[in-house]
Amino acid sequence: MDRIARFGAWCLAQVVSMGAGARLFWILLLASPAALARPRLVIDQLHVIGNRSLVIITVSGLFVGFVLGLQGYTTLQRYGSSEALGLLVALSLVRELGPVVSALLFAGRAGTSLTAEIGLMKAGEQLAAMEMMAVDPIRRVLAPRFVAAVVAMPLLAAIFSAIGILGGWAVGVLLIGVDSGAFWSQMQTGVDWRSDVLNGVIKSAVFGLVCAYTALQVGYSAQPTPEGVSRATTVTVVASSLAVLGFDFILTALMFAST
Amino acid sequence: MNPPPVSLEGLQFGYGERLLLRGIDLQVRQGEVLALMGGSGSGKTTLLRLIGGQVKPVAGRVCVQGEDVATLGRSGLFRLRRGMGVLFQQGALFTDLSVFDNVAFPLREHTHLPESMIRDLVLLKLEAVGLRGSAALMPAEVSGGMARRVALARAIALDPPLLMFDEPFAGLDPISLGTIAQLIRSFNDALGATSIVVTHDVPETFSIADRICLLADGRIVALGTPAELRASSDPLVIQFLGGRREGPVRFHQPAPALAQDLGLPS
Repeated sequence: MDRIARFGAWCLAQVVSMGAGARLFWILLLASPAALARPRLVIDQLHVIGNRSLVIITVSGLFVGFVLGLQGYTTLQRYGSSEALGLLVALSLVRELGPVVSALLFAGRAGTSLTAEIGLMKAGEQLAAMEMMAVDPIRRVLAPRFVAAVVAMPLLAAIFSAIGILGGWAVGVLLIGVDSGAFWSQMQTGVDWRSDVLNGVIKSAVFGLVCAYTALQVGYSAQPTPEGVSRATTVTVVASSLAVLGFDFILTALMFAST
Repeated sequence: MNPPPVSLEGLQFGYGERLLLRGIDLQVRQGEVLALMGGSGSGKTTLLRLIGGQVKPVAGRVCVQGEDVATLGRSGLFRLRRGMGVLFQQGALFTDLSVFDNVAFPLREHTHLPESMIRDLVLLKLEAVGLRGSAALMPAEVSGGMARRVALARAIALDPPLLMFDEPFAGLDPISLGTIAQLIRSFNDALGATSIVVTHDVPETFSIADRICLLADGRIVALGTPAELRASSDPLVIQFLGGRREGPVRFHQPAPALAQDLGLPS
């Protein structure tokens, strides 16, 4: 009987938690236009979230491009189509690796930072102080970070893809000796702005939304203790990464299944 | 006739089955400094949280300026809170903002004053707490006592009619302690405000408070002026004011005999 009661209490707690999460998401969406009306707050967060993620994004993009160039060339040359290397690198990056890998890196770099910041603000009674000053912390603190993350994610993914393509070019053309004209012209004719580039941008915007919401929600509901904040940052990385991969499958199925 | 700044009627509060406050009746008078005193866990900070609407009572009413706090929606609560200044136990300064910006925060959020006027007001508030020269510092660069003074300047930034201080003297050196105590008294009088101070510090509190409310076991056990409490023959009041170990309030929480826990023959 006790077990049934505990299970019931657990189920109830999960429903309450899901309700609170959905409510927070709705409030964040409603508060986002107001956050844009105070651009200074959003710009500050764009700097913290976006600008400070640039190093990890560019370095990772470069090395992913290097590997794609090497692996792509090895496979393509078996079929005598190594000149299609540019197309392979570009499509891999623009459609999949750019949005997904940059989102995973974003979750690890900026997501954990957001969760820890919000969790520590809660632990230090800063959010409670804001409430007592009649200032809504969701609108004042969370919403600008949410907007900044959603804006920053597609830009970071675009930078990741661009740097990755340059990495693939460096390995394929400079190192291996693939024809430079073929590399770029195949890419130019094979990559479609709407079905490839735009879909990649949409994907990364969705991933930005997922990562930002997860990081903020987990931080906002964290236990206000050192252990609680530490656990919350771990939850952010795991939950964001799984959510990104799950959404990637759904979006890929919707966008590219018919092509 | 104006309603009292704060009125508590039959107030009960607890977590689950355990009641922390059991039937508190108290009226805070306009313009007074009321000190809430009592042992750790006696519900003093909870009482402040109830007055601020951060938690809701299990039973009874909390009225601020005549409005029942528990019945107010979020916008009503925010309207009421604009008339409150709260000093949190650890200061709760925003760590990403400078001392200046912390004090300017409520002014920027709630007024449409030009930045030049906000600057003047902030500098005046910081001058009042003796920290005008530290305006550019970040919270991590100031000591605990200074942080408490910055938080005090922030709490009075909007000249609120109701001020609440949660353990303003905890962990302060004697000079900071005396300074903060005098600041609380002088701000209360200068702003024509009403102040509620949660504290353990008997000498400083008795020097600035108009009335003392002593809490124990979730109830008010003594309420009166400092002189009245000093003259009290209540053993609990005598124990608390004298800081005595022996008395109605036990230092040790209920537990089995020490010998039994240590596995020694009794």
